Amino acid sequence: MKRVICLLIPMALLAAACGDDDGGTAAEPVACEAGETDGNLDLYNWSEYIDPDLIPAFEAEYGVSVTETFFESNEVMLAQIQAGGAAYDLIVPSDYMVSIMAEEGMLIPLTKAAIPNLANLDPKFTGLPFDPTGDYSAPYQWGTTGIGFAYEALGEDFEPSWAVIFDPDPSYVGQISMLNDAREALGAALKYLGYSVNTTSEAELQEAVDLLKSIKPAIAKFDSDQYEDDLVGGEVMIAHGWSGDFFFAFDDTDGWEDFGYFIPEEGAVAWVDNMAIPRTADAVCTAHTFIDFMLDAENGAALTNYNFYASPNAAAAEFVDPEILGDESIYPPDDVFERLEFIADTGAFELKFQDAFTDVKN
Amino acid sequence: MKRRLPDPVEAVEVTPDLERRAERAERWRGFRLAVPAYVYLIVLFAVPLVLVGVYSFASRSRTGQPLLHDWNLDSVKRLADSAFLQIAWRSILLALLTTIICLVVAYPFSYYIATRSERTRNVLLVFVMIPFWSNFLVRTYAWKVLLGADGIFTRIGEALGLWGQLLFTMPAVLIGLIYGFLPFMVLPLYASIERLDWSLVEAARDLYATGPKAFRRVTLPLSRPGIIAGSILVFIPSLGAYVTPDILGGAKTTLLGNYIVNQFLAARNWPLGSSISMAIMIVMLLATVLYFRSGGRTL
Amino acid sequence: MTTGRDRSMTTRRLDRILAGHSALVYLFFYLPLAVLVFFSFNDSRFANRWEGFTLDWYRAIPKDQALMNSVKNSLIIALESTAVATVLGTMAALSLERYKKWLGKRTFDALLYLPVIIPDVTMAVMLLIFFTQINQALGLTTIILSHIAFNISFVAIVVRARVSNLDPSLEEAASDLYASRWKSFRKVTLPLILPGVLGGALLALTLSLDDVVITSFVQGPGATPLAVEVFARIKRGVTPIINAVSTLMLVASILLILGSLLIQRRQGSATRGG
Repeated sequence: MKRVICLLIPMALLAAACGDDDGGTAAEPVACEAGETDGNLDLYNWSEYIDPDLIPAFEAEYGVSVTETFFESNEVMLAQIQAGGAAYDLIVPSDYMVSIMAEEGMLIPLTKAAIPNLANLDPKFTGLPFDPTGDYSAPYQWGTTGIGFAYEALGEDFEPSWAVIFDPDPSYVGQISMLNDAREALGAALKYLGYSVNTTSEAELQEAVDLLKSIKPAIAKFDSDQYEDDLVGGEVMIAHGWSGDFFFAFDDTDGWEDFGYFIPEEGAVAWVDNMAIPRTADAVCTAHTFIDFMLDAENGAALTNYNFYASPNAAAAEFVDPEILGDESIYPPDDVFERLEFIADTGAFELKFQDAFTDVKN
Repeated sequence: MKRRLPDPVEAVEVTPDLERRAERAERWRGFRLAVPAYVYLIVLFAVPLVLVGVYSFASRSRTGQPLLHDWNLDSVKRLADSAFLQIAWRSILLALLTTIICLVVAYPFSYYIATRSERTRNVLLVFVMIPFWSNFLVRTYAWKVLLGADGIFTRIGEALGLWGQLLFTMPAVLIGLIYGFLPFMVLPLYASIERLDWSLVEAARDLYATGPKAFRRVTLPLSRPGIIAGSILVFIPSLGAYVTPDILGGAKTTLLGNYIVNQFLAARNWPLGSSISMAIMIVMLLATVLYFRSGGRTL
Repeated sequence: MTTGRDRSMTTRRLDRILAGHSALVYLFFYLPLAVLVFFSFNDSRFANRWEGFTLDWYRAIPKDQALMNSVKNSLIIALESTAVATVLGTMAALSLERYKKWLGKRTFDALLYLPVIIPDVTMAVMLLIFFTQINQALGLTTIILSHIAFNISFVAIVVRARVSNLDPSLEEAASDLYASRWKSFRKVTLPLILPGVLGGALLALTLSLDDVVITSFVQGPGATPLAVEVFARIKRGVTPIINAVSTLMLVASILLILGSLLIQRRQGSATRGG
């Protein structure tokens, strides 16, 4: 035993020396021209997040091949990029993750001249709080977190409020699903109470915890993956979840008559997924070209028509299915948009959110 | 232990020197046999373990990076939090219950398989494992259907008037865990029962007259290595399970598995995740060592 | 095995009870599988609503490149890691059970337990850090190396349950009989421990096919195995195409096993005849 320990101590010191990250040195921008390619693209994306026709189209147009690999959580991707072992050229992190990765120097600043289609972006989606200068990321798609429901539970005439969950009607008690995510679940409670989802007040957070605890018996489950299946499958009547997931499920089961989705009037969470180039990328210029390709008006519209998430691409609007474009729960009007809030990384307070959620479940 | 019988033809005088040399050679052989696995585990387990172990004493940066230059015991101290202890206790109870039920179900089952003819035995054993070569997630989803509102388990329960929908409750979690880990109990049990010296069981039959007594006095003690190995293989993974509890139980109560995963992922609090893992490993290892010290037997 | 055993009434009754119990256990094992297979023919992408019969999911498999690729990766990873882990794990088990205390045996014993005890995610993080520290690019290699790392221990535990209490006199007789140690191992020891080795290998294969957490951390571009691919698809809902793939894999493994049994039987009768 002693021998092994003697062997391991130097290793530990070595690890301490190597693993120490002093905030990350900023990655240097790479000079690329519009349409330039410098090798095949390794894309690290969410699953089924891209119209399957777009990748072959890109490959044909630029003569490079694209390997798509999928991740199922921002955090696993972060760990891989942070460790530096995975040579992906393009990743699709969510808003708060962009700010973390940018701050840690994990992202290569974009060469904006190589992405002329940045001009297509809706001004609402430039200069967002997680990347105020737009130096590190280009928005891919966006959506809201709201409530999916069965008309059977709420009827045709109801108040589109968080009260549907936090002051539930006895008829659907025990058939409510909430996102299994500290920031989203507590965020919903904070919104209902009239606070910001990015609060750093312990008192407000405690109120949210108490609220969630009080309605816990009415909740069937905390789930971020299958709530839309369970809604259309009849296991739950009310589900807290991401807009596009619901529409995808309604469309697939012809359930538009029986099910609906709304953005609560108190305000809700909005999120944006973004394209960014990690420090470990090899084909940096191909990545720029791919971003430009995705920001093309028609291609951006193809994404939205495929997965029902809204496009931050203003020029894409004319190619988007009019039914999707006209749907206020996908493309909310300005007054609703103003009540939406992005989840921001709250730094050290993040742990308070996590502990609070553990407390709810204890 | 391993005594060579004197060769009847060419009796060699067994000198202490020869014995010592034979013993040394024997030890050397034992060591050589272990070398590949030993080296592999040192390089691909012990060294990486130290790399993550040091994070137990790190602190979390504002963005969730583990910082090592600021050594402290904060994360280790959090192991004494009542919230954490509650989570740990709950998980241990659940894992214990899973292990006991698996043992009770698997023993007669393994016994039955082990007492078939050789060919049947192998077929029966492989058919235990086949379901587990399908995808874990769709298997769990299938359980969701079985335990859901229209599921067969719910129908049976309602017909008997004993239970309603089990999905998103603790019993559903228990069923899921038992299903997932039962083969882990069956395999070692089978391996040790199949090897039983049946003449001893016979003798015990003659000696004790009653079947149960013979079983308790002979069969059970002889299959103990299998029971222990199986219990370890079920208890430990069910202590850390989190996908099954999340999907079938609705993630309404935190278990150790979710808690650790949460520290490494959502909370990006590697120091706490690391210190909990280290604590679990130390406790488990000590428990095993103490058990074998007191029981006096190695596995 | 059973010859000479007292075939009394009680034994036979006990046997029948055991048979009944075992049938129930098999039912328990295969019930979810029946559901899984059933929904592979479902004309809806949801696993909890029957919408009618279709073979579309099976037809879609060859067109789904990512899925085909992941199945291939899974097979490579599972077979390679199982083969290596079974050999190393069996050697480790023999060394620990059959040989007197050698230097460092205790430490090895403890080290062998740790991969079983460690939480998945912790092992995942540590291997990720390790591979990147030694500049090993993430991909199939890192996945296989990681799977071997946890499978050695699982194999060793199952084999040890078999090896302990094996009658050593048999092996001694063999080493007297056969000149070479290797030959005595092959002719006597291996057949004796084979059920344990087989069990260990089956366990290793299963664990490798099922692992998600460790693999998702150490995977690289294009090296995703099926289990991780399916997990990544959760976000959009796992479609019955996964049920269809699982069904095909089940059918293939059952055929493979029945085939090998048939060959065994034929060989058995051939040697007996000749």
